[in-house]
Amino acid sequence: MDQRKRNEKIAYGLLWTSGFLALAILIVILAYIFVGGIPVITWQFLTGWPAGWGHTGGGIYPTIIATIQITALSLLIAAPLSIGGAIYLTEYTKESLFRKIIRQGAEILAGIPSIILGLFGFLFFVIALKEYTGGWSILSGGLTLAFMILPISLRTSEEALKTVPLELREGGLGLGATKWQMIRTLVVPTALPGIITGIILGAGRAIGETAAILLTVGGAINIATSLQDPARPMTLNLYDVLTEYRDTTTAYGTAALLVIAILVITFVTDTLMNRYIRNLKGL
Amino acid sequence: MDKNIKISVKDLSLYFGAFQALKHITIDIPEREVTALIGPSGCGKSTFVKTLNRMNDLVDGVKVTGEVNYNGMNLLDKNTDVVALRKEIGMVFQKPNPFPKSIYDNIAYGPRVHGVHDKKRLDEIVERSLKHAALWEEVSDRLHESALRLSGGQQQRLCIARLLAVEPDVLLMDEPCSALDPIATSKIEDLIWELRRDYTIIIVTHNMQQAARVSQSTAFFLLGEMIEYSPTTDLFERPKDPRTEGYVTGKFG
Repeated sequence: MDQRKRNEKIAYGLLWTSGFLALAILIVILAYIFVGGIPVITWQFLTGWPAGWGHTGGGIYPTIIATIQITALSLLIAAPLSIGGAIYLTEYTKESLFRKIIRQGAEILAGIPSIILGLFGFLFFVIALKEYTGGWSILSGGLTLAFMILPISLRTSEEALKTVPLELREGGLGLGATKWQMIRTLVVPTALPGIITGIILGAGRAIGETAAILLTVGGAINIATSLQDPARPMTLNLYDVLTEYRDTTTAYGTAALLVIAILVITFVTDTLMNRYIRNLKGL
Repeated sequence: MDKNIKISVKDLSLYFGAFQALKHITIDIPEREVTALIGPSGCGKSTFVKTLNRMNDLVDGVKVTGEVNYNGMNLLDKNTDVVALRKEIGMVFQKPNPFPKSIYDNIAYGPRVHGVHDKKRLDEIVERSLKHAALWEEVSDRLHESALRLSGGQQQRLCIARLLAVEPDVLLMDEPCSALDPIATSKIEDLIWELRRDYTIIIVTHNMQQAARVSQSTAFFLLGEMIEYSPTTDLFERPKDPRTEGYVTGKFG
């Protein structure tokens, strides 16, 4: 066989193998978790309480509630800030040093290891602002997580807004709309799929975060009834039961639940956004 | 002939940074007539028209001198309420730009941003505007479908209807037919001819036959200057300036 044909085959073979390996690793991880974890997910597991200090087993109900609370809280804080910030940056400022600094700042923030953000959260929210946050609490955790979500959703929101074509804005302004009206009624609705995807991406990060909440949320096994109460989300619980009790059963179950949650959120968001986009295009 | 002047432009110059795009333009636009602006690409006709409704404000680094007098005031003045101005002087762009909403919501957009929320009034306005733009018959049974499903020519008529819904005084049309096929183009030209009875229309076109068909007066622009401005037949049949003659006979452009 001639040299070029051989190279072609080798290249194809290598590329195929990398693709296959990437997929294979994902499948192996999912398989491990699902095989070990899905049988653990029973009704009692979902609605029962952990067996208590010194014992393994029991359910993970309070941890599920804690994860939902903290994720929701961090989204409630981060979403308006990132959408508002993105709108301000793209619509009200010109391309300038100021914008470049903010963008660079967001990138740096995105790159900070989560344990360091956790340290910041601990020193600032848990200790310094103890009066307002209640120290170890879901509020402290939510605020810290919001910092993690912010750079991602700020950047994706900005990109989404930038792709809205100029003609759309000209059309709105040309009819006598004020700038804010134009942004609110034309630009944001058109950019919404991109914005929401960015926020969901952020939410995914928040659900899976362990290091940052380790240092801010307290870890008490209870259901928080106020923002200043501590709690124990699923990721923290997984870490705990594994290191303190070697409770691989609960760990597998929790892990499987987390993965399923992320898969479902991703799938649902994708479907909803696709439908929204098709509606916009009139298809 | 004594005509009412709608817009009186005096010594208008415009700079994009250091580049002078418009050089001392002086022209009176008569009321309720169609005035065409012709000239080769890059001669400043679109820039001129965008100055009239302050759309050039959207571009960075633009400097404008001179006066544009409309309804007794200079609309270039810093204190002009640009939002209100754009309701009076509306613009149709080269490429139709319907909003990604229903046909109804496209037309109702203008009235809504100006505070009209009563459904009956909006229904009336939508019907009236679509009829005025010669589009009602074709879409009356599917007002709630997306405007993006219309053909190019229909979309452009939609954009015109959208403008008519805010009851402007002046319609600026920047090469409204250049993205359309000949049949759609002729429908729009008929529409323009109808509309001139109620509106002052300024149309930028690079199609000289179109200017000859729809306008009563024509201005010839070249390299940022307005070379000649006359009744349309005079400009085409008896051009005064040799440069005008060169352009209309096809020697350049």
